[in-house]
Amino acid sequence: MLQISWLIPLFPLLSFILLLIFRKSRSEGTAWIGVLLTGISLVLSVGIWLAVWQGDEIKTEGTWFHIGERAITMGFEVNPLNALMLVIVSLVSFLVHLYSKGYMHGDERFPVFFAYLGLFSFAMLGLVLSPNLLQLYMFWELVGLGSFLLIGFYYYKPEAKKAAKKAFIMTRIGDVGLFIGMVLLFWQVGSFEYDDIFASVQNGEISSGMLTLTALCIFVGAIGKSGQLPLHTWLPDAMEGPTPVSALIHAATMVAAGVYLVAAMYPLFQASETALTVVAVVGGVTAIFAASIGLMQKDIKRVLAYSTVSQLGYMMLALGASGYVAGIFHLTTHAFFKALLFLAAGSVIHAVHTQNIEEMGGLWKKLRLTGLLFLIGALAISGFPLLSGFFSKDEILASTYADGRYGLFWLAVVAAFMTAFYMFRLFFLVFTGKPRGNQSKVHESPSVMTLPMIVLGVLAVVAGYLNTTWFGTFLSDYLAKGPVELPHGDHHGPGWIPIVATAASLLGIGLAYLIYQKETLSRSWLSRMFPGLSHIIYNKWYVDEGYDATFVKGTKGLSKLGVLFDRYVVDGLVASVTAGVQGLAKAGSRLQNGQVQSYGTAAIFGLVILLLIVALTGGYFS
Amino acid sequence: MSSVPLAAYLLLALILFCIGLFGALTKRNAVIVLISIELMLNAVNINLVAFAKYSINPGLTGQIFSLFTITVAAAEAAVGLAILIALYRNRQTVNVDEMDMMKR
Repeated sequence: MLQISWLIPLFPLLSFILLLIFRKSRSEGTAWIGVLLTGISLVLSVGIWLAVWQGDEIKTEGTWFHIGERAITMGFEVNPLNALMLVIVSLVSFLVHLYSKGYMHGDERFPVFFAYLGLFSFAMLGLVLSPNLLQLYMFWELVGLGSFLLIGFYYYKPEAKKAAKKAFIMTRIGDVGLFIGMVLLFWQVGSFEYDDIFASVQNGEISSGMLTLTALCIFVGAIGKSGQLPLHTWLPDAMEGPTPVSALIHAATMVAAGVYLVAAMYPLFQASETALTVVAVVGGVTAIFAASIGLMQKDIKRVLAYSTVSQLGYMMLALGASGYVAGIFHLTTHAFFKALLFLAAGSVIHAVHTQNIEEMGGLWKKLRLTGLLFLIGALAISGFPLLSGFFSKDEILASTYADGRYGLFWLAVVAAFMTAFYMFRLFFLVFTGKPRGNQSKVHESPSVMTLPMIVLGVLAVVAGYLNTTWFGTFLSDYLAKGPVELPHGDHHGPGWIPIVATAASLLGIGLAYLIYQKETLSRSWLSRMFPGLSHIIYNKWYVDEGYDATFVKGTKGLSKLGVLFDRYVVDGLVASVTAGVQGLAKAGSRLQNGQVQSYGTAAIFGLVILLLIVALTGGYFS
Repeated sequence: MSSVPLAAYLLLALILFCIGLFGALTKRNAVIVLISIELMLNAVNINLVAFAKYSINPGLTGQIFSLFTITVAAAEAAVGLAILIALYRNRQTVNVDEMDMMKR
């Protein structure tokens, strides 16, 4: 069974190629090509996952080329971690393909959209299957390309064009870090193979300083892809893309690639306490930072985008706090409920044709199914008891506490409170109250769109039972079979942690209820209490403005200097050379004036000079 | 008779030659230029005759040579004037400045 796992990425690739061939087709039946082929991938992935669950593993490689003595290999690997990722990616990809059939209805470039989705799915599945860093890097860039193409799908909108460029450039900054880390590892270990790298880490062949450096460089790659703090600004802007794309790429799969990378390279991080601390701190700070921005956004997709950044921060926090299982667990549950939320948001947008939550409201009656599914997703992400988010978040909090990072623990609790608050602010503003916009033609989405949402809704509820203290820790037993040696077995902190987490989430929901539903508290109550802070948060902490003032302006200033240098120094040099040659030529042509007398003068002068030389030197022969 | 030294002849020839050269190079009238060239030729003739008399082996060679030069110069003047007239007929000018067909 496992020998054929390399076929999984090829089906989406085939879909990409076929749909490119049919790109001029006006028929929306072309969508079925993509749906069918990713469906095959999904079936294969599930089969392989089941086989891995039984304890199977495989790693097949062939030599790709040689660098001197060293052979660079290419192949595929299936272990518990990436088998799980395969299922998540192919499942969400399949559902999003199905959903897009309805969502993209009537778009001019319908087949092209599905082609891009196929390309992205191919790259993401290939990334997951890679057994070495070099191959991973190639797919890593391909994934970035897919993301770029899909964000910029509405290329005639200037914002979409800008967002696509921004996403590409911002993630590229991270990619450079990853590349440096990769090259450093190759220099130290002499191989890109995960296994070789882990072996030499275990044998202590790499000095601890170098270990920390490489781990941090690789983490920079993860920061870029997963939208962590300094490089997060591209992710909210990426919401300019079609909503199914946001669900697939910017919620469930590609942004999780950074988390996956850290998880896949986990032995390297484990070997360096500093690296783990950096991961945890970046994750924790990102979690609360993005959550705080999410409190005041007005665009439904942007709220979800900041929520994604915040949840990815949670995953990083878990990984940094030795909560390997907790991080992966949250990655899994988050993929389901966040994809669900995005698809539900897409369904709302599809119905009301606006993304501004101030223009929605009162949609509960008109969009019963979407509303219910959105509620499930919101409850799950808020950590409402017995839904998936509750278990994974609880586990993250527990492992953070168990790791002794109390400051980050409380930060995460506050972030959980904020998450619950902004999700329900969103829910109440969109679905309850009075309609605030023109909702004359609002109707529920077609079943091709609701079906994927229902599947995700069910998963968002039940995925949490993969790993609970009550029924069994299936996921951690499963992941324990992987190449990563799990840190200390018992991660379950004191019993009051779930209570605190639940309290935080209920408090957030309750506060949102009071403000946005009951309206017992004025909507501007909080912002009036902290006017300065709310202003800063409303403007997203001025990060974009800060980057604009420093890097963008700096680069522009530098390029202006470069222009000046080019114009005056380089061009001046060139101009003076040409002027010199031209002057010489002019002088020469002035001599050739056709006047016999001036020729004669020149001849006489020449003769005089020759005679002078002869007279002064005494001649050649003497 | 022999009280005039060689240097005096050579100086005279030099002055004549320089005047001729100056005229040949600066005058715009082609006739004057031709006359200047004659001047230079005659300066050479003086040199030849002077060396024929005062050199270490005095002989007639120099004087004969200068006779030849005078003959050739006469022929040259005739040909030169003929060309000048032809040019004048073609271009209505004897101005050297305007005779720059080589450039065109």
